[in-house]
Amino acid sequence: MKHEIPMLDQLESGPWPSFVSDLKQEAERRAKNPDNIEYQIPVDVVEDILGVLELSFKHGRTHWKHGGIVGVFGYGGGVIGRYCDQPEMFPGVAHFHTMRIAQPGGKFYTTEHLRRITDLWDFRGSGITNMHGSTGDIIFLGTTTKQLEEIFYELTHNIGQDLGGSGSNLRTPADCIGQARCEYACYDTQDLCYDLTMEYQDELHRPAFPYKFKFKFDGCPNGCVASIARADMSFIGTWKDDIKIDQEAVQAYIGGEFVPNAGAHSGRDWGAFDIQKEVIDLCPTECMWMDGKELKIDNRECTRCMHCINVMPRALRIGDERGLSIFAGAKAPILDGAQLGSLIVPFIKAEAPYTEIKENVIEPIWDWWMEEGKNRERLGELMKRQGLQKLLEMANFEPDPRMVQEPRTNPYIFWKEEEVEGGWERDINEFRKHHQR
Amino acid sequence: MEYEEAKQLIVDGLTKKQKVKSKFYFNDLAKIIDMKPREAKKLINQLVQEGVLEYWSSGSTSMYGLKGTGKQAHAEHED
Repeated sequence: MKHEIPMLDQLESGPWPSFVSDLKQEAERRAKNPDNIEYQIPVDVVEDILGVLELSFKHGRTHWKHGGIVGVFGYGGGVIGRYCDQPEMFPGVAHFHTMRIAQPGGKFYTTEHLRRITDLWDFRGSGITNMHGSTGDIIFLGTTTKQLEEIFYELTHNIGQDLGGSGSNLRTPADCIGQARCEYACYDTQDLCYDLTMEYQDELHRPAFPYKFKFKFDGCPNGCVASIARADMSFIGTWKDDIKIDQEAVQAYIGGEFVPNAGAHSGRDWGAFDIQKEVIDLCPTECMWMDGKELKIDNRECTRCMHCINVMPRALRIGDERGLSIFAGAKAPILDGAQLGSLIVPFIKAEAPYTEIKENVIEPIWDWWMEEGKNRERLGELMKRQGLQKLLEMANFEPDPRMVQEPRTNPYIFWKEEEVEGGWERDINEFRKHHQR
Repeated sequence: MEYEEAKQLIVDGLTKKQKVKSKFYFNDLAKIIDMKPREAKKLINQLVQEGVLEYWSSGSTSMYGLKGTGKQAHAEHED
């Protein structure tokens, strides 16, 4: 190794996995070069990344500069300029730009595809990747400016991949595995995710938003991509009608013929399945009960929490009248703490070409946020500043009781003049007849 | 607004502020040409395509500047 890295060595003593061990392994592989790759960036890039990290630990501060002007032609996102402020000591990482590669929908790709993109990255980059970053993208960590256009050309022309979003852009939309493999999916997450990605290419690649904006798509309320906590606009599958019950299968669970949770918690012996304790008593709205040998559900009270369906997937199934709910304003805790999304559309059909979702929901909200949002203000912060009421007004949504989290916590009702009979004007003479000055 | 007129306004507006700062938010540019963001975007994109403006990104936030201005280009050997 080129640098002494005692503090990083110490990290390796922790539980598996260790990024330090991974980086050492990659550094060694690059040095030996068993595949005879004609490296286009310094061979010792990985050794220098370990070196600069050790130095940062020693100094207690970063040795990366902030941001940069680099990118590929015509795109304002997808490449993040990173430069080291100790280039003489660590020439391998003097330029160490990040590239975000849009992940395939639901993160499905073949091993052949994965090999092609990693081969390209071994050849023109550091070989270090992050599968997958928080936004979902495939992250390529570290290359030089000269390589950016070459990589972009190869990705878009020969590998069928685009760059993802970064900066004040629409970020790469992310979705769950959806109907491709999951029986809980209430809509085709992959189709909606792909459709919106293609529709909003300009928003994805050319920054004009006040700050980042994320779409995420969960096929059902289990929320495998946690859209309600992470996306400025979150799409969560739901249904309107009744949960479908197979009473025979319910009995099979009770009788122990089917394992609960599809065997997911079978690592230890939990005893015999107890439907009362494990399903009925855990229903958050208490809308289930046993009527003799029949399981009953008061579907009007169901909030589609998914618990009963998760425990007894062979007995209970999602309803047939399916669509999705839309939530707005979730974000991580940089300002004002973390926020979950607020319900703005209780139910909407998710059918291609999704015109209603685009024209009646996404675009009016973007127009409002682009005009009213301060620099670096997320949609959720604007909603807090101007109020959910304002969002509903701008998007022309009718207020709905389901948008209210807790009734009667705020005693003030702000009426507008047009909402009040007679408006603010009154006949003063008529008033004076009954009220003295 | 015509493209040339917008270009002149933006170049003049940004040049005037060069001593104080070299990177600007999208909304600053939209204000200079007094247009709504959606409409301003087309013109501003064209200015980037033509090489009058360039993007700057921290990774989380994007900004715009007149091409080649500010410390960045020289300090990072990108000029």
